[in-house]
Amino acid sequence: MSTVAGEMDHNDHHHHAPSGITRWFFTTNHKDIGSMYLWFSFIMFLVGGSMAMVIRAELFQPGLQLVEPHFFNQMTTVHGLIMVFGAVMPAFTGLANWMVPMMIGAPDMALPRMNNWSFWILPFAFAILLASLFMEGGGPAFGWTFYAPLSTTYSSDSTALFVFSVHIMGISSIMGAINVIVTIMNMRAPGMTYMKMPLFVWTWFITAFLLIAVMPVLAGAVTMVLTDKYFGTSFFDAAGGGDPVLFQHIFWFFGHPEVYIMILPSFGIISAIIPAFSRKRLFGYSSMVYATAAIAGLSFIVWAHHMFTTGMPVAAEIFFMYATMLISVPTGVKVFNWVATMWRGSISFETPMLFALAFVILFTIGGFSGLMLAITPVDFQYHDTYFVVAHFHYVLVTGAIFSIMAAAYYWLPKWTGHMYNETLAKWHFWTSLISVNVLFFPMHFAGLAGMPRRIPDYSLQFADINQIVSIGGFAFGLSQLIFLAVVIKCVRGGEKASAKPWEGAEGLEWTVPSPAPYHTFETPPEVK
Amino acid sequence: MSIRLITALIASIPFAASAQSQLNLTQGVTEISQRVYDLHMTIFYICCVIGIIVFGVMFVSMIVHRKSKGHKPATFHENVKVEILWTVIPFLILVGMAIPATKTLFAMEDASEAEVTVLVTGSQWKWHYKYFEHDVEFFSLLATRQDQINNRLDKGENYLLEVDRPLVIPTDTKVRFLVTSDDVIHSWWVPDFAVKKDANPGFINEAWTKVDEPGIYRGQCAELCGKDHGFMPVVVIAKEPAEYQAWISEQEAIAKQAAEEEQRLLSMSMSKDELMELGERVYLGSCAACHQPSGEGIPGVFPSLKGTEMVLNDQAGHINIVVNGKAGTAMQAFSNQLSLRELAAVITYERNAWGNDTGDLIQAADVNEFLNQ
Repeated sequence: MSTVAGEMDHNDHHHHAPSGITRWFFTTNHKDIGSMYLWFSFIMFLVGGSMAMVIRAELFQPGLQLVEPHFFNQMTTVHGLIMVFGAVMPAFTGLANWMVPMMIGAPDMALPRMNNWSFWILPFAFAILLASLFMEGGGPAFGWTFYAPLSTTYSSDSTALFVFSVHIMGISSIMGAINVIVTIMNMRAPGMTYMKMPLFVWTWFITAFLLIAVMPVLAGAVTMVLTDKYFGTSFFDAAGGGDPVLFQHIFWFFGHPEVYIMILPSFGIISAIIPAFSRKRLFGYSSMVYATAAIAGLSFIVWAHHMFTTGMPVAAEIFFMYATMLISVPTGVKVFNWVATMWRGSISFETPMLFALAFVILFTIGGFSGLMLAITPVDFQYHDTYFVVAHFHYVLVTGAIFSIMAAAYYWLPKWTGHMYNETLAKWHFWTSLISVNVLFFPMHFAGLAGMPRRIPDYSLQFADINQIVSIGGFAFGLSQLIFLAVVIKCVRGGEKASAKPWEGAEGLEWTVPSPAPYHTFETPPEVK
Repeated sequence: MSIRLITALIASIPFAASAQSQLNLTQGVTEISQRVYDLHMTIFYICCVIGIIVFGVMFVSMIVHRKSKGHKPATFHENVKVEILWTVIPFLILVGMAIPATKTLFAMEDASEAEVTVLVTGSQWKWHYKYFEHDVEFFSLLATRQDQINNRLDKGENYLLEVDRPLVIPTDTKVRFLVTSDDVIHSWWVPDFAVKKDANPGFINEAWTKVDEPGIYRGQCAELCGKDHGFMPVVVIAKEPAEYQAWISEQEAIAKQAAEEEQRLLSMSMSKDELMELGERVYLGSCAACHQPSGEGIPGVFPSLKGTEMVLNDQAGHINIVVNGKAGTAMQAFSNQLSLRELAAVITYERNAWGNDTGDLIQAADVNEFLNQ
């Protein structure tokens, strides 16, 4: 879609940059910050993943074997918080940092010093959250959704740390989002009109608006939890004129757009990779943009589908059921467009493409279970069971995380200047693909058969399913170590990558050398 | 590493298939649960058909249009007609789904003209049932023994799905449930009735069922409600109306007798051995979940009772907190869960167990003074 006039000069590698550890503390370079975000996200992915391993080990057999129920609840809670706020969201911010300036022909992010801050407060947020696990009474144990009054009157004192750490995460996200918006609105290369931007830029642009809209709502929710617990307010306490269900309305008004925050950038990634490896232009570019905007708009009017069992009036149930079902229309358009892009292309199956194809199929399966969950009368049966757990892990693991893996493989040559080891990468893909389905697919059955979520022990009829799920879980966890090996090998060496290692890839990022020089597009390219 | 796991995995598949594990939603035992099941299957099949078509096209493309076969890429990249088509068709399918869903939803939400009403109250971690038309109310606690949970005994058939006193309802009768909570949010769920309703503290929700077949139906709390969320099952017995009538009359008589017995006990004293024996039993049933069998609690969450100020020195405070609870904490008022005798016994036990050795004996009459304060 774009061609570049003018050659880069890259004799500017080392000016003024501090070396050693201070380079990373003080850096304002979008590539350095992007790398830190990505490494941080991967570390959090392993930390949150090891908590999932604790959960699956306890659930391997009926009975309590390894951990106490109170600790089990801390594991489910912190696993969720870390994966959402520590793994998926920073990974996308890291990708945005690296790629958005390079995709629109900008020299850096618009607000580089704020960029440094938005990264560097994150490790503190998670240090606080993780440290709270060692407090007397343990860490947060009320689920990542922290429903009141379990998180207020009935929680331990680590709640204060939890609230503080969520505030920091929120500030970090908002700063990151402001940066993305300002960069995209002001720093596009000449000729790069909005409707010429790569879809990854578009989806992140829309995601950033969602973040700015809802992160303050989350901040409000945690603040109300804090004041209810420590300062005598009664927002969520009926005895003082409040309402515990109000909490859920506020939380999910944040929470539903949040799930799109974690999937829209994936749509952008997949829309870059599928055309590249099909050697054919993306089908229906403008309808993809409109569909993304439609999904983002709808995400604000569907929140109460998480709350059908709280006792809403029928009229509200009907409204939220219909609105939720509607989301499948623009989402369907996206899937159809990807399939149409592949159709009559010239397809090859390098690892990024494999992950992208797995994304399309498995995310769609998550979409199907999402549609089933939208149907209020049957949601009463599915709600708070493993069917829901299966659903959101399909959209978040085989959706968001698979797309992040795809992105990492796709852009690793650009980041490191080396090709990754394709054999090892394919091992990573196939072991992940098989184990992730062994892990999450049987959860649908457990849920339909009646297994509630967030329980440390279960009745005997669920024993076989849980054993299979746990085996899948351990295998999936181990498979991710292959990914670590691939990345480390690729950073340290390997076959030299050309400026454009993928035959069908499009976009400005492939016009600069690999590895991308420390500063790119100091003179803006011209896009025709 | 992966070969071992795959072998283990394959080995476990026939094991899973041979066991009689249920893999689909229950059809249940009410007209509503049947309609919900039908709706579930309809939407499931529609999703399957869409999936087969979309993934089918994808796989054809992956097989036929590959570079290794020398396929040259086409250049088309947009078509407004196609876009409109695959916007409108899914929309129409959705309308088709929404119609039966809406009808079922209206039927489910109509709790009018119920003949029997039961107030269902959740608390950490048990259910309380109170019949509106009769003077009958009771708590329903997990009956599975701790030794089974800790793997010291073999697990029974209804492991974690059994209670000491199940709810009893009549068949062929519209039964209304008013659902609420004393502390955090719980959710009362019986899959066979397709009833799941959140128990919100301070608010009352409504649900109903009309069971066709007598039987025992089991469910669980569905909303995370703290440490023992996984250990508060729901068991409902549906009896023929005549049997139900007999049962409820019997319960009313038993309740009346117990109330009289309570009054009589006020003038009697129990020996230390009697109090300690009963007290230990009550403690393990009602207190140990939080304060632990060792009396040491969980630091930072549930206070210790071993050698603490209140237990050793403040007898009035101790009786008061057990009888009336402590507002704003998980400590419930046990006066409506335990009899005077049991309250007296458990307080005596706490004051003399684990090396507390205060020597205090608390009698039913001592406890009675603190009631309704």
